[in-house]
Parts: sequence; C-alpha cells; structure tokens
Amino acid sequence: MATLARKDEYADFPVKKVSLYYITLAFVALLIGTLFGPFQAFNYAGVNLYPVLEKLLPFVKSYYQGLTLHGVLNAIVFTQLFAQGALLYLQSREMKLLPQMGVAWFSWWLALIGLVMAAIPLLLNDATVLYTFYPPLKGHPLFYIGAALIIVSSLVTVYLSVELWARWKRQNPGKPTPLVSYMSVVTWMMWAVAAVGLVVEAVVLLIPWSLGWLKGVDPLLARTLFWWTGHPIVYFWLLPAYVTWYGLLPKHAGGKLFSDPLARLVFLAFLIFSSPVGFHHQFADPGIDPFWKLVHTVLTMMVAVPSLITAFTIAASLEITAREKGGRGVVGWITKLNWKDPVVLASVLGAIAFIVGGAGGIVNASFTLDYVVHNTTWIPGHFHLPVATAVTLTHMGLALALIPHLTGKPVVRLPLARAGIVLWFTGMMVMAVGMHTMGLMGVPRRAWISNMAPNVRGAYSEAAGMMVLNGIAGAILFVAAVLIFYVLFATLLQSRRLPPEERPEVGFSEALSGPEGRRSVMVMDRLFFWWGLAYVIVLVVYMPTIVRIWSTFVSAPGFRLW
Amino acid sequence: MNKHVIEAYERGWMLFSLAMILVFLVFIGYTLSGFAFYVPTAAERIDPTKVRTGGFPAPHVEKVGPGKYQAYVIAQAFTFLPNEMHFKVGDEVTFYVTSPDVQHGFYVHGTDINVQVIPGEIAKVKTKFKRPGTYMIICTEYCGIGHQNMLGKIVVEE
Repeated sequence: MATLARKDEYADFPVKKVSLYYITLAFVALLIGTLFGPFQAFNYAGVNLYPVLEKLLPFVKSYYQGLTLHGVLNAIVFTQLFAQGALLYLQSREMKLLPQMGVAWFSWWLALIGLVMAAIPLLLNDATVLYTFYPPLKGHPLFYIGAALIIVSSLVTVYLSVELWARWKRQNPGKPTPLVSYMSVVTWMMWAVAAVGLVVEAVVLLIPWSLGWLKGVDPLLARTLFWWTGHPIVYFWLLPAYVTWYGLLPKHAGGKLFSDPLARLVFLAFLIFSSPVGFHHQFADPGIDPFWKLVHTVLTMMVAVPSLITAFTIAASLEITAREKGGRGVVGWITKLNWKDPVVLASVLGAIAFIVGGAGGIVNASFTLDYVVHNTTWIPGHFHLPVATAVTLTHMGLALALIPHLTGKPVVRLPLARAGIVLWFTGMMVMAVGMHTMGLMGVPRRAWISNMAPNVRGAYSEAAGMMVLNGIAGAILFVAAVLIFYVLFATLLQSRRLPPEERPEVGFSEALSGPEGRRSVMVMDRLFFWWGLAYVIVLVVYMPTIVRIWSTFVSAPGFRLW
Repeated sequence: MNKHVIEAYERGWMLFSLAMILVFLVFIGYTLSGFAFYVPTAAERIDPTKVRTGGFPAPHVEKVGPGKYQAYVIAQAFTFLPNEMHFKVGDEVTFYVTSPDVQHGFYVHGTDINVQVIPGEIAKVKTKFKRPGTYMIICTEYCGIGHQNMLGKIVVEE
C-alpha cells in the first residue's frame, strides 16, 4: 500500500496547488502566444517569415492568424490566469484563510474549458478576428463562447476574493484589511465594474449573432461595449503587477514600503477612475458625441495620477532601502539594490519601461493629438511597454519567487533567467523606439506589410531604417523568451523538492508608515460603498451614448474576409 | 533620509502631477476650440447593406463653392472608392466616408484626418490641404487578408 500513499506537497495550505495550476496554465498560454511575436517583429522589418512558419506549423495560414493568437493568449489569457493564481494566493496567505476551494477549482476548470474551446477555431483559422474581434468580422461561435467562459471564470474569482475579504472582516471587526489583501480585492472589484461591457457584448450581441440567432449586430454599439472593458482591462493587467511593486518588491529589495495608506489611496483611485475612460480608444469613431469624448479625456487624465504617485512611492521606497545599505550619490544608490533577486530585477526594469509607456499613453489619451497616432504602429509600440514589459516582466519575476514557495522546487539556473529578463527589457525598448517612430511615419498597425501586392509595395520605404530595429528586437526577444521559459519550465518539471524548512516564505512588505490608527484607512476600507460608487460613475458616463446608439440599432451582417 | 522630508517631497510631487494633468487638459481644450474640425463626427446612421444601392451617394468629389469640395468615399475590402483624388493647394475638403462591409480606417497621412470607418455610420471630417504633394490614404483597421494592400492617394497640386 505504500506506493498509493503519495505525499501531498500542498496539504499544509491547499490553495497552493490551485494557484500553481493557474500560474502554470498562464505560462503555457504565454509561451505559445510569445512564439508568434518574433514573426510579427520580422513582418515589421519587411521580412515575411510566414511561408516558413506554415511549413513548420501547417495550420498557421497568415500573419493575421498568428497575431490573433498572440493577442488573445498573451493579453487576455495570460494576464487573467496569472492574476487569478497569484492574487488569490497572496490574499489567502496574508489573511491566513482558505478561499472556497471547490469554487476555486471550478473557476480553474472553467478557464481551461474556455481556453480549449476558443483555441480550436483560432488554430483552424476560423476566428482570425484579432483580439479586439470587431464585428462585422465574424468568427466561429466557439471562439466567442470560449472567450466568454474565460471571462466568467474571472468573475468567479471576483466572488472568491470578495467572499474571502468579507469573511476576514467579520472575524476581525474594526481592523484595517491587510495591505496586499486590500490591493487584491480592490483589483477584483475594479475588474467586476470593467467586465460588464464585454459580458454584455458577448452574451447579447456576439454569441447570438455568431450562432445565427441575430441577423446583424451594431458595430458601433459593439465597439463601445468592447472599450468599456477594453481600457480598464489594462488596469486589470497592471494592478496585479502593482501588488508586487507595493506589496513584495520593497521586502525583496531589503527594505520597507514607504507609505501603506498611500498605496491604498492609489488602488481606490483605480477602482473609481479605471472604467469611465473607454472613449479615448474611440476618438476616431464617428457617432460618439465630442462632449462625451471630452468627459472621458478628463477622466483618463485623472487616472494617470495614481500611476504618477506609484512611480514616486516605489522609487522612494527603493532609494531609502539603498541609502540604508550605504548607497550614495544622486543615482549611485541604485547599485546597492539587490539586483540578483529576480523580483527586484524584473520589477525595476518593468517600472522603467512603464514610465516611458505612461508618457506615450498621455499622448494617446489627448483627444486632439490622438489622430496623429490612432491605429498606427505607435499604438502597439506603446502598449508593449506597460503590458508586455512592465506587467509581463513583473509576473515572470514574481513567478521565480512564488514557484519555489508553492512547490518547494528551487529555481533551476537562475542566472539564465536574469539574463533573459535583461534581454527582454532591451528587446522591448528597441522595438518600442522602432514602432513609435514608424507610427509617426504613417505605418499602420496590424498590417502584413511584408506581403504587400506589387502595385503598393514600397509604400513605407521611408520607414525602412526604423524597420531594421524591429528585426533586431525580434531576434533579441526570441533569445530572451527561450532563456526565461527554459528556466520556468525546467523549475516546474524537475522532481527535486526542498525540505519544508528550507522553502522560501512569501516576502510581504512592511511599511514605514503603517495603517494603524488612521481614520482615512478605515474610510477607504468601506469597499462596498466605493465599489457601488464606481458602478454609478461608469453608468453615468456610458448610458447616454449606449441608449442613443441602441435606440437606432443598425443591423450589420457578418463577413469572413481572411 | 528623514521620513518627514520625503513626505514633503511626496506632497510636492502629487501637486506637480495634478498641475501637469491640468495643463495638458487646458491644451486639449485650446486645440478643440480652434482647430478641431478634423475630429470626426457622424453625418448620419445608415443601413450598411444599402450603401451600394442608393443609400449613399455614388463615390465622387463635387465642388460646392470656390475652393470648397465634398468627397463621398466608400471604404470597402480592400480598396477606397474613389481610390485617387485631386485637389489644389488651399482647397478645403469635407469627406463623407462609410463602409458596406467591415470596419476600415481612413487615414490621410500628413494630415490630421484619421477616421474609424464603421458600417452603419457616415463619418464626416474636414481638412484644408496646405502643401502640395501626394498624400497616402491608409486603411488603419484590420479588415481581412488583403488589409495591407488597402491604400489610396490624394494628389495636391500647386
């Protein structure tokens, strides 16, 4: 019988196992999505490698199909699954409570089933609609249903996080929520406000239409609902990285977080201001009143403020830490940071990329300036800094700290991962320079420009110099991805485990200014009130436009043009 | 470093952040008040299935006054109709653009015209051509397998 009695490595804290499953699935999705990236970079270097790719993977028919997989797997699936695994785990660990485990596993299976359902038409080239899936381009129903299940899975995690928080509050009356738990539950509440648009778009419009129950959909209505979710989804990607920056990075760097109440204020601002901003993706849309575009502009600018505060607080926390270790000079203190720790290395490089990306984001959000860059390569050049660099690198760094904690498996060949992190940052910065500049030269995003018809070939020859940068970046990023994914999967797949007493604990930050005895902290802790307020604001700024479009519903039939 | 010193810096930074955002908003307001005729608006909504059958004027350019033109443009997979337009320096042109199939972009490189062409909407946008030359019209929204070939041009002569 001895062979049956396998030791359960997760028995001490079972949420470890479900978190590990989320995080592993997240990196499997990211690995597949990432491998299409260099092909896209070469496309924008004018080199068409898709005939080669089709020889290797016969089901990949075009740049556009690869781009759809890249966007869906990296931006939607990876980010969400990683947040589900990491945030739920950190909150449970900090509160020392288990979430409802059956529901947590149900949510994981829902995400997996949704992912498989959506992947089938994507791989068969039956849903090459990009990750914005704007109708009237019409994909296979399985794609929309699978995507909807993935979103539903995230909403189950909202329930898990809020239930856990409410239970802790009942057990600890009058105490402020611990910081990482506060940031986690606010992130999920924000997402529940943001996700409404996408859920309505999928359930009311796209799924019935793709199944043939609706003859047509209103493309402007669908766009408006999509961007209700589509901008705040960026904060749903970003806030889990902020949790690492505020909640773990100072500890990993060997110091303390500068201010706990300020971190809460930042997250509360995101809860309230993240969602009512979507029209800044629709400045170029006719059919939306310029007045409401201006309202969204003002709110978008406001949401820059908590990010500016974050830049200050994180930098201040790191600088205090470094100076206590004997760091000197205006910038010389930087050398005293614990760069060998992957959380420090990945987070700080990610944050630097985020500052550059944030500055570009202000341009995109400026109503009258956006027309110069709308849907040019400037836009992917921009969002690869906050999402593909800041968020993705931070998550990679956190995974290298969290996987040994969850599994007891030590990281295999950490120096390779460090080199990968530095190369990833370098490659993304080079690509960002190329794509931003090409965008100003008029090169459109999402275009198979390495495969142009003879009569238009050479239309972007002016941008040739910048295109070279894309090719270089693609090569650097390929090497970076190989190194990082090798370390991640070699760590996960080994059989060696450390004895329990040698396993690393989660390094939650302590704060120089704590939450104790602050009235403001208790006011910010009344989360159901703030959550309700966030819903009210988003309804106020969206309903006039949505009701007006819906009342003149245009029925556009679907097309498959790929 | 003293905690109170940092707190003072922090308050200063928060004020600076807010002030910077306010300055940006003032600039946006200023540009909107004077030059924002390139902000696309909706002329009207239209049934996209009727664009080619009389719901929208046949694609053409017409003169409506001295130096003033109206251009009716259909963006469709994978071309613009008309695909080439000619104007003189100083001409003021109002474009009406719509799509009979999927979404497209109508981006006139070198100007501030960059419109999302959405089935169901007739977009209206205006510009004045100040410099001679050939301006590319670029489709900036993915519209299918031939999206990269969807280019037109506007020739502006002295």
